[in-house]
Amino acid sequence: MTQKAIEFHNISKKFKHAQYYAVDKVNLSIEEGEFITILGSSGSGKTTLLKMVNKLYEPSQGSISLFGEDIANIDSIRLRRKIGYVIQQIGLFPHMTIAQNVATIPKLLQWNKKKINDRVAYLLNLVGLDANDFMNRYPSQLSGGQQQRIGLARALAVDPKIMLLDEPLGAVDAITRLSLQEELLRIHGGLNKTFLLVTHDINEAFKLGSRVVIMNSGKVSQFDTPRNIVANPADEFVYSLIESSRSQEQFWEGLR
Amino acid sequence: MDNNIWLQMKDYFAENMGDFLIAVKEHLEVSLIALLIAIIIGISCGYVCFKYKKMESKIIPFFQVLRVIPSLAILLLLIPIMGTGIKSAIIALVLLSVPPVLMNTVVGIKEVPGFLIESAYGMGMTERQVFWKVQLPLALPLIFTGIKIATIEIIASATLAAKIGSGGIGEIIFTGLGLNRTDLLVIGGITVGLMTILASFIIELINRMLMRYKYLK
Amino acid sequence: MIEYALEYPDKLLYPLLEHIQMLVITLMISLILAAFLTIISIYSRLLSKTLVYFFSVIYAVPSIALFALLIPLTGLGKTTAIIVLVLYNQYVLLRNFLEGLDEVDPAVTEAATGIGMTKMQLLIKIKIPLSKRALFTGIRISVVTTIGIATIAAFINAGGLGSILNDGLRTVNTVKILWGSILAAGLAIVTNTILSKFERKL
Repeated sequence: MTQKAIEFHNISKKFKHAQYYAVDKVNLSIEEGEFITILGSSGSGKTTLLKMVNKLYEPSQGSISLFGEDIANIDSIRLRRKIGYVIQQIGLFPHMTIAQNVATIPKLLQWNKKKINDRVAYLLNLVGLDANDFMNRYPSQLSGGQQQRIGLARALAVDPKIMLLDEPLGAVDAITRLSLQEELLRIHGGLNKTFLLVTHDINEAFKLGSRVVIMNSGKVSQFDTPRNIVANPADEFVYSLIESSRSQEQFWEGLR
Repeated sequence: MDNNIWLQMKDYFAENMGDFLIAVKEHLEVSLIALLIAIIIGISCGYVCFKYKKMESKIIPFFQVLRVIPSLAILLLLIPIMGTGIKSAIIALVLLSVPPVLMNTVVGIKEVPGFLIESAYGMGMTERQVFWKVQLPLALPLIFTGIKIATIEIIASATLAAKIGSGGIGEIIFTGLGLNRTDLLVIGGITVGLMTILASFIIELINRMLMRYKYLK
Repeated sequence: MIEYALEYPDKLLYPLLEHIQMLVITLMISLILAAFLTIISIYSRLLSKTLVYFFSVIYAVPSIALFALLIPLTGLGKTTAIIVLVLYNQYVLLRNFLEGLDEVDPAVTEAATGIGMTKMQLLIKIKIPLSKRALFTGIRISVVTTIGIATIAAFINAGGLGSILNDGLRTVNTVKILWGSILAAGLAIVTNTILSKFERKL
């Protein structure tokens, strides 16, 4: 039996003073090396689900295991250092250079200088930026797309087995978005890491995900490969999602 | 008349250069000591306010009231308690200059955007690391503004502190007022004025050097 | 201490009233001047920056130094005091006014400009109503600053609460020093509290 990378066991989350469960009894099992996308509208609980994996949120009920180990038993700092985390606002530290940003965690782990420099150079090249050119710049000197590449490099710094990406391309323009999607697929393909990416864009979810989680008001509507979802929508919500995307396509076709 | 003042000023410097330099030295000494103490107290109180929310509602209102009280009143209220002299002058100056440092520290830390903090925690920083590596450095520009305001306040009030026996340039001005000597008034006034302008310029320069990232294109 | 107040009530009351008088005159001149400077500032970015910078330099000069420098020109007394107070207030008011007006949501001002409002209409109909609280904050700070600096003006014979302090210092009279300090501090705190309450209601 192969070890599952991420398992959600009956996980629920209700925020203080909230009436409804943000995440409601979710069960998912994710293999190592998969690229999972979580699709849902705002308020569907997709980001909440993601943030419980690196313990930014504590679940109200249920448990999450990474490679068979219940994260409740892992110290949150140690856990987070093993998980890459990318957010929509990118969150590069404005007072640090690109190299310092990427090296943040390696430095905290007291790697030696040479190892850090090599790693930074490797990562910058990996995300498609010239290391010598970018190393000593500050985030404010970069475009949004370039910043998010750095955000990705920083998240990959200590070679985490799992990457959490919370709408990483939500703030970049449409064209940059497409090229970064390709980049994500390329990076994922070469590294055998498990990616968990949250998005509200159905095209992005179906393009990137080897399997897609569709969430609606805290519950998982369907979890399957894009092909299967399109062939057999599990419920009314999934069906209408696909239909809306189809009608958009027809609109474009009509313009030809 | 005008020529007269220039002549008088020239005479003053010819005869009293030593006294003048001592006054400048005294003024700077008192100011610097008070500023250092104010920075230490201001930033640590700011940290306490940020760390323990309960303390914030006790510390902040106290300093807010302190900030409103006229500087002369604070200086003189210490006389019955501590007597005159450099020590009470320094205490008064510290009381006057802690508020801007403290308030700017608190606001500076609070204004660090939430997503940066989340990003830092998400990477696996401990609470202490988040504070030292992210929150404090990003609060620095505002803390520096607070220090600049404090410095101006201190140099200005140190002039008044001559009234409670701390020496400095204030002595020259008050002597000028007492003896009705325009030359002393002008010399004292210009010296203190230049001191504050120069001091705030230097602090701004340090600020720009340290916070280079803010001014890049 | 209480006896002193009972025995010579006018020795405390008169300086207090003088202080308030100085405050009111200063404030009226300051507000008119600051309003004028603010209005011309909205027509020119360069002018507004220059004005703020100019007054910030003056503001950085200690009041006692500014008093000293003005004495050769305008002599001792209230006039010099009020000139200095008005100058200081310009920085506090102008900065707060301009920042307050600038904080109005750009989408709103853009919409107003889009429907054809002139800069003056934009100011009066949109920006001032939307930023009245920030404008009032500026006024409150300038009132408190004026009360504080006006005590120092006693050293150049402008009267006010500082004269009690000055007397006390000269005659080494602790009771007078205490009364002067307490009245000055009290006036500042009470005024600030009342104005803050009013500000919160805006």
